[in-house]
Amino acid sequence: MACIEARGLRKAFGTTIALDGIDMRVEEGRILGLIGPNGAGKTTALHAILGLTPYQGELRVLGRDPWRERDQLMRDVCFIADVAVLPRWIKVSQALEYVTGVHPRFDRAKAEGFLAKTTIRLGSRVRELSKGMVTQLHLALVMAIDARLLVLDEPTLGLDIIYRKQFYDSLLNDYFDGNRTIVVATHQVEEIEHVLTDVMFIDYGRVVFSRSMEELESRYLEVMVRPEQVVEARALKPMHERQAIGGSILLFDLKLEGTDLRNLDRQQLDRQELDRQRLAALGDVRTPSIADLFVAVIGNQRGQAQASVVQPGQAQGAAK
Amino acid sequence: MNTQASAMSESPFESRAAATASISESQRMYWLVRRELWEYRSIYIAPLAVAGVALFAFCLSSFVGIWEEPLRLNPAEPHGPYDMAAGLMMLTGVVVSVFYCLDALHGERRDRSILFWKSLPVSDVATVLSKASIPLVILPLLTFAITVGMQWIMLLVSSAVVLASGQSVAMLWTKLSFLRMSWLLLYHIFTAHALWPAPVYCWLLLVSGWSRRATFLWAALPVVAIAGVEQIVFHTWRFAFLVGGRLIGAAPTSTSPGMFPTDPMTHVALGSFLSSPGLWIGLAVAAIFLAAAVRLRRYQGPI
Repeated sequence: MACIEARGLRKAFGTTIALDGIDMRVEEGRILGLIGPNGAGKTTALHAILGLTPYQGELRVLGRDPWRERDQLMRDVCFIADVAVLPRWIKVSQALEYVTGVHPRFDRAKAEGFLAKTTIRLGSRVRELSKGMVTQLHLALVMAIDARLLVLDEPTLGLDIIYRKQFYDSLLNDYFDGNRTIVVATHQVEEIEHVLTDVMFIDYGRVVFSRSMEELESRYLEVMVRPEQVVEARALKPMHERQAIGGSILLFDLKLEGTDLRNLDRQQLDRQELDRQRLAALGDVRTPSIADLFVAVIGNQRGQAQASVVQPGQAQGAAK
Repeated sequence: MNTQASAMSESPFESRAAATASISESQRMYWLVRRELWEYRSIYIAPLAVAGVALFAFCLSSFVGIWEEPLRLNPAEPHGPYDMAAGLMMLTGVVVSVFYCLDALHGERRDRSILFWKSLPVSDVATVLSKASIPLVILPLLTFAITVGMQWIMLLVSSAVVLASGQSVAMLWTKLSFLRMSWLLLYHIFTAHALWPAPVYCWLLLVSGWSRRATFLWAALPVVAIAGVEQIVFHTWRFAFLVGGRLIGAAPTSTSPGMFPTDPMTHVALGSFLSSPGLWIGLAVAAIFLAAAVRLRRYQGPI
């Protein structure tokens, strides 16, 4: 059973279209990174998945309709919808007591165990804690819930690097067990890159890119090219080019004919290997970071949207 | 029941749900109400503070009264100060209820904590009912308990003062029918200060769940507007009196010879109160407001 399945998910706020036909399928046990510019529709998509907002189109989360069956769904789904949404008046001990009181799947001892590793005292009120500590507290509460799906929407926004790193480390080490599914929406791609199994880019309410990390590693590569070889490299049709100290970095998509990686024929793989070797001859080859790929994909998308206005050649000339 | 449920469900997580201990609705409601008391400590602090100040004033007047004749205790109406105390506590209850209701569904949206509450398996119905229970059940009970406690302390203080001045306390203890006063108080609080004003409190809850800011303004504005239109068109104040009467608990629950419904001579008219259309119309309106508040909370996020 897919954990999340959406087809033609749409949502409009007045005349603003927030979701413009999203199709997605997240299997159980995956960690999906949902990445998109501000206002791309990430939060709206997550709110639809969590049953916080009505929508049009088809959507099933753990086999349920999130809007109609929200109450039942929340026993199996947990989320952190923003940074520091814990009420400021509550005491840490009260938060533990309350969640124990209302959530059948909450393990209080586990939450206290997580808190023991932090400097948070049970007698403190949330308003006395720093923003980072509030996030730690929220994470401790959420991780002690035996949920099937955890949704995180910018859970570390505005926190310093140490808290951000701790957050994802404990999520991966203390929580993720291969059966749970995690969906994370964030701008801070660098820190979650090594955590993800899948990545999805959203722009203007549409899914513009959706790959597993394995596919991403086998398909995309980046070459650092010295200025004298740039023309030769450009002939191989990079999907994106950017300047760096000492040369240009060109991003290539070694696309295979069939999209199904399991049924590739020998010829195709050979051709991909050949491309790889030709690129290696031009300079240092490496897998691009998600952030670079994101800039390339979103940039191209938006470039295409403007293609009718500006000729591609002119645009490139202007970039130089 | 659990085994039956797990046998019927096919998907693995439903059987897992049945395996873990479930939480009954009454348990959940208990924690929801406790949550309200944690957040709005004024629910019990305000009545206790008023009771404290009133007791202090009563003690002061009793000690000053030692030198006066006859101790400021009117033998014909020894329960006067006790009625006064009860009235004061009821007034406090009304004020606390109004302020609580105006913030109950607004505060959680203002501080964004609604995103946390909604991440827990608690339905909007349960949440709104727990909030409605504060003015309709919890505060009446608290008001009753604090008032009775206060009256006992007053009785002991009076007795001490009377004894100290060398008089007999027999008059105090025989003329004050304490049990009857307490019973009348409980009856009056739940009929006139919970059931009767229910539509007003539920209206305030609805507005607190709807308005983005200035909840008091939005709650009062329609009342003022309707009253104003009525005055201009019909030259009457019926609507204003209707709402005001609901709020202060001017209900046909009993007939009392004195000013206070806790007067021991009060005649309880439960039958006619329960058969008055005003009560049932009010409760129906309250139910509509609550249902609207529940529905609204489903759509509402932080503001």
